[in-house]
Amino acid sequence: MLGLQTKNLSLQYGDYSVIQDLSFQIPAGKITVLVGANGSGKSTLLRSLARLLKPQTGDVLIDEQKLQSLSSKEIAQQLAILPQGPLAPEGITVQQLVKQGRYPHQRWFQQWSEKDEDLVERAIAATQLQLHKDRAVDSLSGGQRQRAWIAMTLAQETPILLLDEPTTYLDMTHQIEVLDFLFELNRTEQRTIVMVLHDLNLACRYADHLVAIHHQTVAVQGPPENIVTVEMVQEVFGMEVAVSEDPFFGTPLCIPKGKGRYIK
Amino acid sequence: MKHWTFRLSNGKVSFQLSLRWLLIMLVCFLVVGTLFILSLSIGSNWIPIVDVFLELTGYIDQHSYVVETLRLPRVLLAMLVGASLGIAGLILQNLVRNPLASPDIIGITSGASLGAVLFIIFGTGIVSMKFLPLAAIVGGICAAMLIYIISWNNGVTPIRLVLIGIGISAILKASITFFLVLSETATTTKAYIWLTGSLYGANMSDVLAMSLWLLIPLPVLLIWGRSLNVAELGDDISISMGINVQRQRLLFLMCSVVFAGTAAAFAGGIEFVGLMAPHIARRLVGKSFIGLVPVTALVGAFIVMLADLIARSLFLPLDIPAGVFTAAIGAPFFIYLLFQNRHR
Repeated sequence: MLGLQTKNLSLQYGDYSVIQDLSFQIPAGKITVLVGANGSGKSTLLRSLARLLKPQTGDVLIDEQKLQSLSSKEIAQQLAILPQGPLAPEGITVQQLVKQGRYPHQRWFQQWSEKDEDLVERAIAATQLQLHKDRAVDSLSGGQRQRAWIAMTLAQETPILLLDEPTTYLDMTHQIEVLDFLFELNRTEQRTIVMVLHDLNLACRYADHLVAIHHQTVAVQGPPENIVTVEMVQEVFGMEVAVSEDPFFGTPLCIPKGKGRYIK
Repeated sequence: MKHWTFRLSNGKVSFQLSLRWLLIMLVCFLVVGTLFILSLSIGSNWIPIVDVFLELTGYIDQHSYVVETLRLPRVLLAMLVGASLGIAGLILQNLVRNPLASPDIIGITSGASLGAVLFIIFGTGIVSMKFLPLAAIVGGICAAMLIYIISWNNGVTPIRLVLIGIGISAILKASITFFLVLSETATTTKAYIWLTGSLYGANMSDVLAMSLWLLIPLPVLLIWGRSLNVAELGDDISISMGINVQRQRLLFLMCSVVFAGTAAAFAGGIEFVGLMAPHIARRLVGKSFIGLVPVTALVGAFIVMLADLIARSLFLPLDIPAGVFTAAIGAPFFIYLLFQNRHR
């Protein structure tokens, strides 16, 4: 498994350069989390990995093949991306949404094979939405809705899954629910998961490989326990923190300084 | 919801149909069929329904002029026009992800109208009237190309397409008025009747010509129509599923133009059918695009057939353009849709 990598990748929005001359590799079969300050370009980088944004120069490679040299449909069988805050069409049911994930594997005369049916059912079961599969997506709670979208990307049956802030707008319980699910998915099926997360502490807990984006490039990368230090957070986020240990998992736990009430 | 799944044992061919869809299709067929027979029977010269059947099957030959020469082509053309207007609207609404889109709102119909009006003013006398449909289709395609090119900015987004379409539509309508004012009174009257949308004087060669035009976009719908389901989920997801979004937009915009342009070419500016038919069809069978195509076609056919039946039989001996009646139901329907959408 070679997975995703970039070679001399530069990304621009109009005249504004976001990423410059970046070459790095996403470890296959692991959970990789991109972190960085607002506007650092982590979402932009993720989007370019999924060909949603064309590179200014340089390339994104999948199994050492340039994305541009592959057909969009071939790529769609290799990687799926769930963009940030997707909107479901009015009235579409969970099952109808999840079925759409089979699109890259179907043809006009082959629209509902046994495999399609099986994978849609499994995706719905895996995201624990069996009871809600005939409900309209827009009537679900935030967490359920996000799981419905994830189920759709699961049905796409790709070895690589990219997710742009899958936990935005979710409360703590639902954040953990979604992340636990992705963790399980990675551990049981060895799918490569790449996601952008805002919460550095959750990133440290779930990521096998942490990638910090700063100054238009990858500032530092590696297992969170090796790279998350007071200096690193100061550098990447411009924030003074104390780095402690997660009492449950032993992963790095950053406690931001700033203002607040003192009770001791 | 119950489904019926069809699979060949080698797994090469597989489909799924919902039973509700099958049922609705059956009902639509029956309703349109009934209206078809009624339309052949009703008019200034009332022909008993039994006679219509006998006439069509060739057992009697008593009313052949009225039924087969006057009414049959007109009813068939109304059917085709309604079906293609409905499908044109359905494609556009899916493509731009806006339920208020329709070919007459974003300027395709206006383009076809301008083509036809220019032809009526400058072309008649020089070229045979047979080429009027061609002028209208060319007008529609030109309008769509213009909208597409002006909307282009590193790709075309739905919202730009709609806004620029509305602008172009206004300019085209102004030019139509301009040319009408310039032209002679006799020509103006002729052009006006055409503009409102009339099926008066339809003949079998019209029906045949229109059917041939419709054969062009149909395979595109059949083969690539599925991708419009995904289009509803947004550009990012579409790309993630392996769809070339820009190619899809151009292809289906052109499809919609051929449907709407052909309808305008043979029946003039019949408005609001492209807006109403897809909405009614969605209420009936839900959102799946491929399933919606035949239902929308039948609903559209029903609306135009009914409008034409009312237009030619309720105000005898006047033959009022069918477009008057589609607009009379369509305009309040549009306001109702706006009202329903106001909180979204």
